[in-house]
Amino acid sequence: MLCLYAEMATTRARVSSFSRNLSTVTPQNPGLKHGPNGTMFMSSGIPDLDKILGGGFSLGSLVMVVEDVEAPHHMLLLRNFMSQGLVHRQPLLYASAASRDPKGFLGTLPSPGSSKEDKSREVSNEKDLRIAWQYKKYFGEPQLNANTNNDGQHDYCNDFDLRKPLDRQFFSGMNVDCVSIHDSPNLAALQDRCAGFLAQVSRNEGSISSAGRIAIQSFCSPQCKYSNMEWHMLSFIKSLKGMVRSSNAVVVVTFPPSLLSPSCSKRLQHMADTLLSVKAIPDEDKELAKLLTGYQDMIGLLSVQKVARLNTQVPVILEATTFSIKLQKRRFLVLECLNQAPVDGSSGNSYGTSSGCSGSTTAGPLDF
Amino acid sequence: MEQKDLNLLDAVLGFQSYGNKANPWPLCGRFVLVEDCVDTSAAFVLHHILKRCFSSHSSSAVLFLAFSHPFSHYDRILRKLGCNLAAQRDNGRFYFLDMLMFQCPDEGKPNHDGLASVFEKIEKVVKALRQDKKFFSIMIDDISFLEVAANGSSNDVLDLLHYCHMLTSEYGCAFIVLGHKDIYLNGERPALILEMEYLADILVKAEPLATGLAKDVHGQLMVLDKDMQREQGISAIKIHNFHFKIKENGVECFYPGTKV
Repeated sequence: MLCLYAEMATTRARVSSFSRNLSTVTPQNPGLKHGPNGTMFMSSGIPDLDKILGGGFSLGSLVMVVEDVEAPHHMLLLRNFMSQGLVHRQPLLYASAASRDPKGFLGTLPSPGSSKEDKSREVSNEKDLRIAWQYKKYFGEPQLNANTNNDGQHDYCNDFDLRKPLDRQFFSGMNVDCVSIHDSPNLAALQDRCAGFLAQVSRNEGSISSAGRIAIQSFCSPQCKYSNMEWHMLSFIKSLKGMVRSSNAVVVVTFPPSLLSPSCSKRLQHMADTLLSVKAIPDEDKELAKLLTGYQDMIGLLSVQKVARLNTQVPVILEATTFSIKLQKRRFLVLECLNQAPVDGSSGNSYGTSSGCSGSTTAGPLDF
Repeated sequence: MEQKDLNLLDAVLGFQSYGNKANPWPLCGRFVLVEDCVDTSAAFVLHHILKRCFSSHSSSAVLFLAFSHPFSHYDRILRKLGCNLAAQRDNGRFYFLDMLMFQCPDEGKPNHDGLASVFEKIEKVVKALRQDKKFFSIMIDDISFLEVAANGSSNDVLDLLHYCHMLTSEYGCAFIVLGHKDIYLNGERPALILEMEYLADILVKAEPLATGLAKDVHGQLMVLDKDMQREQGISAIKIHNFHFKIKENGVECFYPGTKV
């Protein structure tokens, strides 16, 4: 059965849309992967996000996450990102403006889950259930994930069980630096910390010994004393971007755009190599519930606005830019392609496009 | 230069018949402003002009002020376009100023390390180049970074731009600047972009398709040429609109709906 499964997985990989096979994990470093144009990828800690981005975050890139003020979904991204770093034994730096005790963040990190039992179940599912060929592509994705993480911790990307805290053994002897920027009057101290951290993993010729991760949470939240100094914050991000380009590290910064002036927020978006945004979805939005399948399981939306293009001029055009964030078995974070239906559609014929994806639109006429 | 290599972008920038004695470098003495937005980057226009510059007359040179990407990034891109930047740098035709970590000192301190020093560097290179290279271009890959580096003082940035623009008229060099239009769209301190748009001889605007994402069309370009027909005494403004698709080895330009 296993070999049958493996064969299915490979054929599915082949029929999926045209893409270069980049799954060569460097033998000495399981946390890194070769990407196109001489770049290296590092896992985001979410298998689906890695796949969407074409392999993960590129080393040397700046990832900006646009927060939603109503929900802490950006924390999901940050936790998985940092947990993956601990599992791969990479040096980490975490800075937070939201709390005085940034070490508390480490207690909330999820643990890599073993999804062996899931896998066998999915395989048996596949056997029992006969699926019409035109729907098969919708079932392909989760199984490929299961395939990537059956070896436990030595994989490029793990599935993280959000209900199980990370074991202490992962912290032992680890280089985790936690900084609070709650009380600091300016960003000079943080900049020095980042510079020192990035100097450890600076890029030199030859093999990459280690890669680092920096996560900065709620970058310009009003708790910080510098939150009214927009140019100061912009020049910090600018210099961070300059530093990270010459090092083997990825910087993830989350920021709440509503607290910034629109032009400042746009500038931050321009500076980002990879730009993601998270959104909460309202609980009782009946119209949305009718238009999207699986609305009950969704906990939020993630949209990919920009994908890093280091060393190339060709933009990455994704098949979809908005994905729903779901919890599989209330434990594992998955991203699913969202088939956007026109929520505020004014013309009647746009239903034609929505019916293909939601399937539930035939249930009743929707009046707007 | 063979005719088949030229596309619409070349045509509107005046590259139809360059490289010969009569028309060695069509952007001579002109200010090209390239504008883009978060969804559609227009950096490829800079790469394209760089490539054209090095494939033209052997006495042309480029001074490149890089604020957003290091040399290795441009080297890889231009190599795929068929142009070796490292070799051109060794030949003295490509001057790369890495400004990634450039930051003006805070207010109150002597401003000698700031934009004044940048202009001194530019002027030094330009004067040195004048000896043997006749046609040169100054490129700035991201004006918004320059603004951030100047701690938001758009007046200082405008001063620098004016000085650089002055060089174009004095020495006849081309001045090519990339900026982000959408930063200024909400009416917050738009002076910088408005003034640049006023000064520019050629304005290139990149936008995403109005109809949304597409695999075959990466966006649309609007090229506005202000003094195409100055020699005839008419100052007509010419506007060209077309779609583009960016590839590793070049850019494909076509009128809407004419892609085969």
